[in-house]
Amino acid sequence: MTENTEYTKKDFVSDQEVKWCPGCGDYAILSAIQSAMTKIGRKREDVVCVSGIGCSSRFPYYLNTYGYHTIHGRATAVASGVKTANPDLSVWVMTGDGDSLSIGGNHLIHVLRRNIDMNIVLFNNRVYGLTKGQYSPTSLRGQVTKSTPYGSLDRPFSPAKLAFGASATFIARTTDTNTKQIEAIMLEAEEHRGTSFIEVYQNCVIFNDGCHSEYSDKKSREDHSIILEQGKPMIYGSEVKKGIILDKLTLRVVELGDIYTEADCLIHDKTNETLASLLVAMDANASMPKLYGVIFAVQDVIYNDQVATQISEVKAQKGEGDFNKLLYSGETWEVKK
Amino acid sequence: MSTLTEVESVVIRFSGDSGDGMQLTGTQFSNTSALMGNDIATFPDYPAEIRAPQGTVAGVSGFQVHFGSREIFTPGDEADMLVVFNPAALKVNLKDLKKGGTILLNTDAFTDKKIAKAGYESNPLESGELDGYQLIEVPVDSQTAEALKEIDLDTKSKKRCKNFYALGMTYFFYHREMETTLNWIKQKFGDEPELLKANQTAMKAGANFAETLETIVSTYKVSKAKIEPGIYRQINGNTSIAWGFIRAAQAANLPLFLGSYPITPASDILHELSKYKEFGVKTFQAEDEIAGICAAIGASLTGSLAITTSSGPGISLKGEAIGLAISYEMPLVIVNVQRGGPSTGLPTKTEQSDLYQALYGRNGDSPLIIVAASRPNDCFHMAYEASRLALEHMTPVILLSDGYVANGTEPWKIPDVDSEYASIKHKMLNPEDVDKENWNWIKRDDETLVRDWAIPGMKGLEHRIGGLEKDFDTGNVSYDPSNHQKMCEVRQKKVENAANNIPLQEVEGNESGDLLVISWGGTYGSVEMAVRTLQKEGHKISLMHLRYINPLPKNIGNVIKNFKKVIVPELNMGQLVHVINAHFACNAISYSKVEGLPFKISELKEAFRNALKEAEND
Repeated sequence: MTENTEYTKKDFVSDQEVKWCPGCGDYAILSAIQSAMTKIGRKREDVVCVSGIGCSSRFPYYLNTYGYHTIHGRATAVASGVKTANPDLSVWVMTGDGDSLSIGGNHLIHVLRRNIDMNIVLFNNRVYGLTKGQYSPTSLRGQVTKSTPYGSLDRPFSPAKLAFGASATFIARTTDTNTKQIEAIMLEAEEHRGTSFIEVYQNCVIFNDGCHSEYSDKKSREDHSIILEQGKPMIYGSEVKKGIILDKLTLRVVELGDIYTEADCLIHDKTNETLASLLVAMDANASMPKLYGVIFAVQDVIYNDQVATQISEVKAQKGEGDFNKLLYSGETWEVKK
Repeated sequence: MSTLTEVESVVIRFSGDSGDGMQLTGTQFSNTSALMGNDIATFPDYPAEIRAPQGTVAGVSGFQVHFGSREIFTPGDEADMLVVFNPAALKVNLKDLKKGGTILLNTDAFTDKKIAKAGYESNPLESGELDGYQLIEVPVDSQTAEALKEIDLDTKSKKRCKNFYALGMTYFFYHREMETTLNWIKQKFGDEPELLKANQTAMKAGANFAETLETIVSTYKVSKAKIEPGIYRQINGNTSIAWGFIRAAQAANLPLFLGSYPITPASDILHELSKYKEFGVKTFQAEDEIAGICAAIGASLTGSLAITTSSGPGISLKGEAIGLAISYEMPLVIVNVQRGGPSTGLPTKTEQSDLYQALYGRNGDSPLIIVAASRPNDCFHMAYEASRLALEHMTPVILLSDGYVANGTEPWKIPDVDSEYASIKHKMLNPEDVDKENWNWIKRDDETLVRDWAIPGMKGLEHRIGGLEKDFDTGNVSYDPSNHQKMCEVRQKKVENAANNIPLQEVEGNESGDLLVISWGGTYGSVEMAVRTLQKEGHKISLMHLRYINPLPKNIGNVIKNFKKVIVPELNMGQLVHVINAHFACNAISYSKVEGLPFKISELKEAFRNALKEAEND
């Protein structure tokens, strides 16, 4: 680590009073990311945090880097311009399920498709918080909110599955109850070249309290979630050990014991696209555990790299642009006195 | 015997099916005329559909060229000669031909089937509706085929040479030199000797055939125009805008970034800028209009000269992001190449109906600078000016162009960019010079009210900006009532202050008189010619053509006072006229038209004459 990047967490705390509701999951995410910032090996002035609109999008005000609180849904579009224009920056997008999956859905899928080198942190609380409690694109069917008093009729998005469908090269998930994991995943995301998509299960104490409790709270999460580790078998459970096996083309939970052993369980390989397609589909099945960790990570061409390469190739071929040459290109004629 | 007549200017319109090569034919004619020393203006007119049904009026493609021995400002009201390749072209264009004008028509295309397809009930060549025009009926298809019979090519390829046959004829009628076009054919078809030979032969055959008509047809000579000495080139509005931005970025020593989404008639700016990687230009074709401007905002935040280009419907989508840029107080240029509206409207037709949108089309009190290009060869200058004002005043600037200016081509005296377009002084800080303890991002110049520009990468200047209202002193989020009042006033005043940084308004004609014409944007050519004619007739009429619209130049009010009457011609339902009246309470009257077409000089003359009558009687 160079001299310039020796930071403490305090260096990333801005002078602004944090205005999230007491008990909001956002605090834990903020703290974990401030901590991660001291370890990513980037200078503070080279970090740019961009957000849209929503509770989570207040994030940049609280992180002592360059920060831009933009407009609803457009953070990924603004960030695309930031990174394309200056690829030397470390670019972070803070967004929510409403911001990036509803109004900003188009920009999200296209930044993933282009694979612009940035980290997108999606705070998923399955509700609109800032507008005071309407259902969101990740709200569950039947969820009662202010705008769905008889229950939501919409089918929810699975953010990870959507990201996979949009050709994401890095998909991870974590939760606001596990700051160590958040920090570790942020570091891995920053290391990944290309767009990193990180979904964070986040609790909204006011409008959707406990929405992730089962698989997020310390007490119950061991039985309802798996922490994926590269090269390790997919096993979980506090007392009864369970594992995931591939049964024909379906993932299935089995109890480990006489019939199935650890050796029967799937080994996680984040670079395996077929496996990833099965893993991101697990969300839709309530009987399956939730996944934490890096689900998918592969290398592919990166838009901002290619933009820079194309420019240098053309310059190598044509030489640096000469404006007078351009003005006089093609047919010209002289009008004499 | 035929006659040779010397004329001051001529308007020719070439028209045919969209596959007949009309744009190419017209371009060749205009290039040759420019090289021969005429002043010229051209306008292409092509169908909105990529491949409209052949032979129908929807598929007619045209190209009009106006060339003269005097200054030419517009492609011309009415054509002196109409060259038509099929019945549909005749049907669409006859109304734009001067009474008694000449029609060169391809009789081979006037078959019963094609006549019916064009929507004629009877053959227009026999119905008498062409009485009063001079007809030159030529079986162009068959004569081209005959001329090319020795050449080893398939029939279809030979048939495609017919536009050069007709072009050759027009070159004879108007004493054009064929050299330039023959050379162009040589370059174009250098690798295909048979095609090269065929096209050149067709052109020469056309000219030779025209000569045999000499006994029945007049020919015309248009002498060289008196044009300001210099090196000239042809330029259309969209290319000119693109080049203006490239130059502005160089003058500011900043990278150029375009975030855009395809839309007619603005896409050519995107196409043009995407060619210039050797200038380091980055073009980002976004997933939608909103992402186009947002990416530009992102690029500007990191220190690029950032622009976004679109047309009215796209600007509607960008409205919220423009507001963000206003709130951020950051440089950004938004180009609106206007087209007929509302909604999808008339994508390929011209209009000036987005002035209100530019002025008022956002939530909140959200002032910005607005400038407008007056003609194709003015676009370079106005794109440069828009960039200069954005960078010097840390504000979004809207540059208004329109379909007519965008696609129109005219000669452009190549400027000495090293002296005239050399330096733009932007507000970007050098972090070394900043007293970091006492600095914050919203610190502004006391006089101009312009803030500093600090970008990521600058150590010690890290800051947070948002679309929420900001405290005047600290830049932090503020909901304080009096602070919001103050910030709204500051944003307004900052834009008004730009009036100190734009040229005073010029008046064409006397600074006082009976009638003052106030026009803006792409109508300059026709308005100028109409005013000039009336001035020559002795009327006390002057023209004030605005290129800086918000803020307005400081001397406008004083000029208006010196005229009895003010008229504002616009291609909309009357927009600038209300702005003028709101500012100056001068009872300006409106002359407006929304037919998707430019003003005709003749209709403007009539409107101005009527207004003059009233003023003169006052």
